[in-house]
This record gives sequence, C-alpha cells and structure tokens, in this order.
Amino acid sequence: MVNITIDKEKHDVEAGITVMQACEHVGIEIPRFCYHERLSIAGNCRMCLVDIERSPKPVASCAMPVAEGMVINTNTPDVHKMRKGVMEFLLINHPLDCPICDQGGECDLQDQAMGFGWDRSRYHENKRAVKDKDFGPLIKTTMTRCIHCTRCVRFATEIAGVPELGATGRGENTEIGTYIEKAISSELSGNMIDLCPVGALTNAPYAFHARSWELKKTESIDVMDALGSNIRVDARGPEVMRILPRLNDEVNEEWISDKTRFACDGLRRQRLDRPYVRKNGKLKEASWDSAFTTIAHFAQELKGDQIGAIAGDLADCESMTALKDLMTAMGTNNIDCRQDGAKLDSGIRASYLFNSTTPGIDRASAMLLIGANTRFDVPVLNARIRKRWTRGSCEIGYIGQQADLTYPVTHLGDGPAALKTLLNGRGPFAKVMRTAERPMIIIGSDAITRPDGAAVLALARQVAVKYEVVTSDWNGFNVLQRAASRVGGLDLGFVPGRGGLDVAGILSGAVDGSIKMVYLLGADEVDTTKFGNAFIIYQGHHGDAGAQRADVILPGAAYTEKNATYVNIDGRVQLTRLAVYPPGDAREDWTIIRALSEFTKHTLPYDNLRQLRARMVQLNSNFLNVDQAVPALWQDFGTEGHIKDTPFESKINNYYMTDPISRASETMAHCTEVFLRGEDRKTPANG
Amino acid sequence: MRESGKEFSFNEDTEAMVQSTIAKYPKGWEASAVMPLLDLAQRQNHGWLSKEAIDYVSQRLNMPPIRVYEVATFYTMYNLEPIGKHHVEVCTNLPCWLRGSDDIVAACEKALNITMGETTEDKTFTLSHAECLGACVNAPMMQIDDEYYEDLDTASTISIIDALKAGKTPKNGSQSARFSCEPATGLTSLKHQEALLKSEGNGGSL
Ligand code: SF4
Ligand code: FES
Repeated sequence: MVNITIDKEKHDVEAGITVMQACEHVGIEIPRFCYHERLSIAGNCRMCLVDIERSPKPVASCAMPVAEGMVINTNTPDVHKMRKGVMEFLLINHPLDCPICDQGGECDLQDQAMGFGWDRSRYHENKRAVKDKDFGPLIKTTMTRCIHCTRCVRFATEIAGVPELGATGRGENTEIGTYIEKAISSELSGNMIDLCPVGALTNAPYAFHARSWELKKTESIDVMDALGSNIRVDARGPEVMRILPRLNDEVNEEWISDKTRFACDGLRRQRLDRPYVRKNGKLKEASWDSAFTTIAHFAQELKGDQIGAIAGDLADCESMTALKDLMTAMGTNNIDCRQDGAKLDSGIRASYLFNSTTPGIDRASAMLLIGANTRFDVPVLNARIRKRWTRGSCEIGYIGQQADLTYPVTHLGDGPAALKTLLNGRGPFAKVMRTAERPMIIIGSDAITRPDGAAVLALARQVAVKYEVVTSDWNGFNVLQRAASRVGGLDLGFVPGRGGLDVAGILSGAVDGSIKMVYLLGADEVDTTKFGNAFIIYQGHHGDAGAQRADVILPGAAYTEKNATYVNIDGRVQLTRLAVYPPGDAREDWTIIRALSEFTKHTLPYDNLRQLRARMVQLNSNFLNVDQAVPALWQDFGTEGHIKDTPFESKINNYYMTDPISRASETMAHCTEVFLRGEDRKTPANG
Repeated sequence: MRESGKEFSFNEDTEAMVQSTIAKYPKGWEASAVMPLLDLAQRQNHGWLSKEAIDYVSQRLNMPPIRVYEVATFYTMYNLEPIGKHHVEVCTNLPCWLRGSDDIVAACEKALNITMGETTEDKTFTLSHAECLGACVNAPMMQIDDEYYEDLDTASTISIIDALKAGKTPKNGSQSARFSCEPATGLTSLKHQEALLKSEGNGGSL
C-alpha cells in the first residue's frame, strides 16, 4: 500500500498500479484513448495527462506507477488546459465527419471532444487524408479518422495472436494497416471494431443501417459456440441489427468471436415462419392445428419404440425438457442430444464439463490439447489459452492434426498413440505434465465423436489420473464441447434411456423401418438423407437440411427470440432474453411441444415458464444455480476398449458456417469466400 | 515498398557480420538486431531495401514481417526505393539553413542536373534532404554515403561532387581551414592553459 493524494484527498492504494488506475479506484475518471485494461500500455495518445506535484511536466497517468507520497491533481485549470491542447492536436487531422460516420453517438472521440475540447477549430491548413485499408469483409475502414492509438495493433498482436497489423511510416505519414494488402486472418477480428475509439474501424455489414440510439438493447447469451458468450442484442423493430459483447470475466471477458457478432444477418434469411405439412410429396403451408393433427394422427398408430427424437446444437433446455417429457409420455426412450455422436455419459457431470472452468485457464501451469482445435471450436476460449501462454511458464502440448492455434505448441502426434505414449510416461511432454503444479487436459469433440470415443475418453482419464490432473483443489480435466445445447442436454438427460437408441441407432432404425417417426428439434447436422421412409417432424427456425426432409415443419424461435436457458461448457446456467419476436406464426419452442402434447393426448403438466423451469430443476438441481459454474464431482467414466490408431480428424472444415443461422448468413458466406477460398475480398460496403 | 523480383539472402561477407551482430544480443532477444541487419541488407542490396530483403530479415530474426516493415518505414535512413550509387543527403534543418543550406541544395541540383529527391539518369547519384545529422557546429553540411562533408559552400560542394563523378575520393570532414569543429577563428579560450599542459608533458591536449 502506498499513500497518495488525489485532488487534495488522501488515499491508500495498492502499490504497483498506475496513477490512472488509482484515480479510477477512488472514482475519478481520466479521459483516455489508447489505454485499455486488457491490452499492454502504449502511452501514445496523451489524453490522460495529469499534474503530479514536483514533476516538471504533465504526466501520462496510464503509464505512470504510483509512488509513496505522490500528490496528483486531475482537476486544475492546468490539467484542463492540457486536455484541451491534446484534444486539439488529435483533431488536427481528424476529418470531423461525424454526421456520416457510423461511430457517431458511441464514439469516444466525439464524447471527449464534447467534454474537453474547444468549440471551434483554429486549424486552417489542409488536413491529411489516408487511403482506406482492406481489412476483409467484416471491418470497414476509414483510416483518415484514425488517431493512432494502436489499440487495434495491440489487439491483433497480443490477444488474437495474429501479428499482421502495424503502424508504418512516421509522424504525419503514420498509417495503421497490414502494409501488404490482406484481410485480417483472425476469428476475433470484430473486437477491433469495439476497441477502436473513433470511427476508423466500423462494422462493415452493419454500415449505415442504424444509429446506436435507435436500437433496443437486450442482454442475452450467444449460442454460436458452446462458450455462451454474454452478448447484447441490438434490435430495431423486428430486426436484429447487430450483436455486441457484454463484460463477463467468468466467460468471455469482453470479446466475442466473429461468428457470434456477424452471423446475425442469418436471422433474417431462410426463416420458417409458418407450419408446413407435406402433401403428395410437396411441403404445403398449413395451420398450427392441421400440423398438430397430422402428427397426432400419425403417432396414434405407433408403438412407443417406433418413435425417436434428436435435439440439435442450438436447442434450448426448456424445449429439450418438454420434448423429453413428451417422448417419455409417448413411451419411447429413443432420444439423443448428441448429434455429433459424442460418446459422453450424461450421468457423470465431470465427464462432459470444462471442469476447471474458463477462468481456470488463467491458473493452469501446463496444458494438453487432445483433438481440440480450440481456435475454431471456441475462438474466445482460445484467446484465453493464448493469454495464459503469453504470461509465461505454461507449456502446451497438442495431439491432433497440425493446426495454427496462434501460440506455439509441442505437437505430440495426431492420434491416440501419442496419448498412450504419454500414459506410459514417455515422450517429451511427460516431464512437463509431471512437474506442472496445475496441469490441464482439454479433450475436444474430434477425439470423442469417433466410434471409439468412449475408449479415448477413458484413456484421457487415465492420463489425468497418472499426472494428478485432478486434486482436491484443482480439476484440470476438461471436455470442450462444440454445441451450445450439449451440456444442457446432458444435464437434462436427453440421452437414450434404458434400451433406447442413440442417434446412430435412430438413423439405422429409420432405414430398416423399425423407427417410423423422428422428431428433430433443430437437428440439422445429422445425415438427413438417411431417414428411409420415416415420418419426420422438424421443429426449428431455419429452412436448413432438417426442414427439407421434413413431413411436418413446426416453426420455432431463434435464440434472440425467446427467453430460454442454455448451459455453457463450464456448466454455467445462463438465460437468453427475448429481443425481438419470432417471425410470422413461429412460436417459442417449448410452447410448441406443450401445444402438441394436447393433440397427442399426453398433455404436459406445465403452463408457463416458471412451472417448466421447476420441472428442469427436478431433472437436475443444477438449474437452480443461474449464472454459476458449480464444480462437478470427479467420478469414474469412459469405457476402456479397443482404440483405432487413426488421427483425430477435425470436423469443422469451415469455421464460418457451422449451424443453420451461420449457414443462412450472407456475411458468413462472404467470409467463407475470402478466408477459405481466398476469393475477391471486397464487400459492397467496403467498395 | 517495392519488390525487386529477385530473391535475397546474405552473401558470405555479410553473413559473417550478421552472425556477430546477432551474437551481441541475449538468446531469445535476437529481434533486437533488426536495425543493424536491415542496414547490412541495404548495403548488400545496392543501398536500398526490397520487399524480399525485408522479408528475409524478418525470417532470419523470427519476427512477423509487419514488425520489420514498421521499422523499415519509420527510419528515413532505410531506402525503400532503388537509389543511385552515391546518396547525397543535404541537411536542411534550421542551423544548416541559417548557414546557407539553400545554396548547397542549389549547388547539388546544378552539379547533378536533377532536383531534390531525384536520381541521375546514369544512376550514380540520388539527391535528398536529410534531417539534422548532428553536425550543426560545422553547418552547413551534407552526407554522401558514409561520409560527412562540413563547412560547405557552393564551390566546395561542386568540387566534392565532381571528384566523385571522376571516381576519386574527396576529402571528408570540414572543407574549411579549421581542424574538426575547433572555432573557425582559431582557439578563443583556455589559451593560457595550453602552455601549462605542455609543460606537464601532456602533449597539450585539453
Ligand atoms: S484504427 Fe482505431 S484502434 Fe486502430 S490505431 Fe486507429 S484509432 Fe486506434
Ligand atoms: S491513455 Fe495514457 S497516453 Fe493514451
């Protein structure tokens, strides 16, 4: 602790923090442009100048550590003059084109110019003009507005781990860019838009579509990957205009991935907005009543075990609960939420959670990634691993197909053989794991969705036991899920009951005719050509693979259109909130199943969300712990067995299109062209 | 930045210097050698840095290319375009300007028959402005390649350039009668100590 005086008041503050942080602690805000909590200190904008007694010159508070006895003034006429001066310098070359700038209304420069600037310009010379850069299809650039705070450069280098941006030239000729024209190859690039304190980097697909003050802001949860990033959904009328991150250090810090941010235009396209029923081979618009009657009519003839249900990657917990209850009432155990065929046991929570939790990554002292391409599975989590790596003394081993994860890894092999070597205490990584205080294992979908996935999981568990990855105060065994619905589905036990069939069983049953009806709850990633002659009910929000094969389509709500529960990889129960209403006749998903249950004469015993959520708690008491990640009990899991020595193959071949929403998104299609196929990278907005 | 279309790598002579330069820095901090390496590359590459040369340096030091582009574009001493055999840089900052650098520029332009920033047709000379080169006490001055030419006037400037044109090596340093940066009018102070120091067998150096 050091004693300092800020604006005539004495304070005790922690040693080692900066003057700016000290001021913030005591509630004094210091204007800034270049400083950002999560980036290194640059000290180049000079907006944060304060006066420190006995210092001959004004001091940049963001870069000055506090010292005993410091007397700091932040509110004297001198300080005001300095700020005015800095502001005036920053505006010398700024175009002041706020009326045609998308940042207008949420611009740090605009706000601070209001607060600290002059009300007129004394500058009569020509302003400099800078050529716009091509940052790819997601970021629109207007580089004349850039104030060279270098936040974007530091983000790309430090957080995203793609050191492609820089400040070239000097003085008046300084420019921010990649120098050699190229799109920024990061799945986190959109965050630079939020970081840029001016309108130099703006959201390209959203360009000129709305002003920030016209938007209705709803706090919600993302479902594009399994992390459950906290987001804010900005809507105007019935349209989601954009998605922004919310701060949550336990989950996404303040970043979101590009898919999370930019796939929202997919919410407007290819939507199912009314029920359909297939008649004479053609899907025909229908009323809810007739859709339900058709299903009830067909189901009447069936025995329970002739029915199956599959929940997709975006399914919410409420609808999975209702569907599970309905299926049980109809007498079938053939339900599964593991579209990808993951060999995960729903009974043991520790076997499918990211047990050390996302913030736990910060404490790990060595990491082993098994069949987990974290960069594409969960980009924001990957950034956290990278953050841990940059802090030093954390070696990372990797088993799987060669990949650039934005940090160096020791590649131990690409299949289970490498894991066995490790179990036998051999190989370069054995010593690292043995000596690490808190070793961490992350096993990804690619390793457990194989036919021998359960055995791989068991093998990984053995490795965990051998290297004491789990101790009384540290559980370093982590399963990295890919789908937002997965942990919730497993928590609810949306898996085959006694004698029930899993996804593969349902598919083969449909082919051989033993399964006659399949209920797809937003399941589009199963092979829909393999349903034989079965009667398919598709409930979901997009006309994707499942809907095309369906006999009855029940239009549901996307994640921005319902109040629903999702459980993230850490087992954290989080709630989405309705930001806009579902289009047309579409309804909130659980209500559809509840309504259908009346037609099939199995009326479900809940009439509102509160009763349904009580039912969820009955199924798993964890649903009481909203916004908490409760540690799971470490138990035995996985089944030992024969393991084929084939490489862990990555199933994501296009990060930008993994689910019905991103597949419907034009922006994501554009990214696919640019980043995967390397085609023309101009968007209309980018000119 | 320009591509030369030719691959670049250090030749044997340069390589030896590169090795000893990198060895000056602790392990893991090889990137610190970026500036001397760029300079060596520039010397080997006829006075300018092509994109290939810069990329090669970035590979050698295991740096992302953009980090090296930042350095190469920041310092004016790195030439990103091909230049003539001799690089004539005339200081035009305040002290030199007060002492008549305008005349020196004019003399150069006349002697070389080009204007500021240009290269002669035979590619022997490139003429450019330089910011203060730290020799203000002998203003006006210019730098040609690695040498300083100080206390210039129109005549001496032209004769230096003529000598270079003729393939000779002109005298560098002060072009006036004085030694180094001693006062132009001879010593003015501490004169009485000269005798004193001499008598103490110090050779008279102060
Ligand atoms: S583009 Fe924006 S974030 Fe990047 S340096 Fe310029 S002002 Fe800062
Ligand atoms: S915030 Fe301190 S110099 Fe920019």
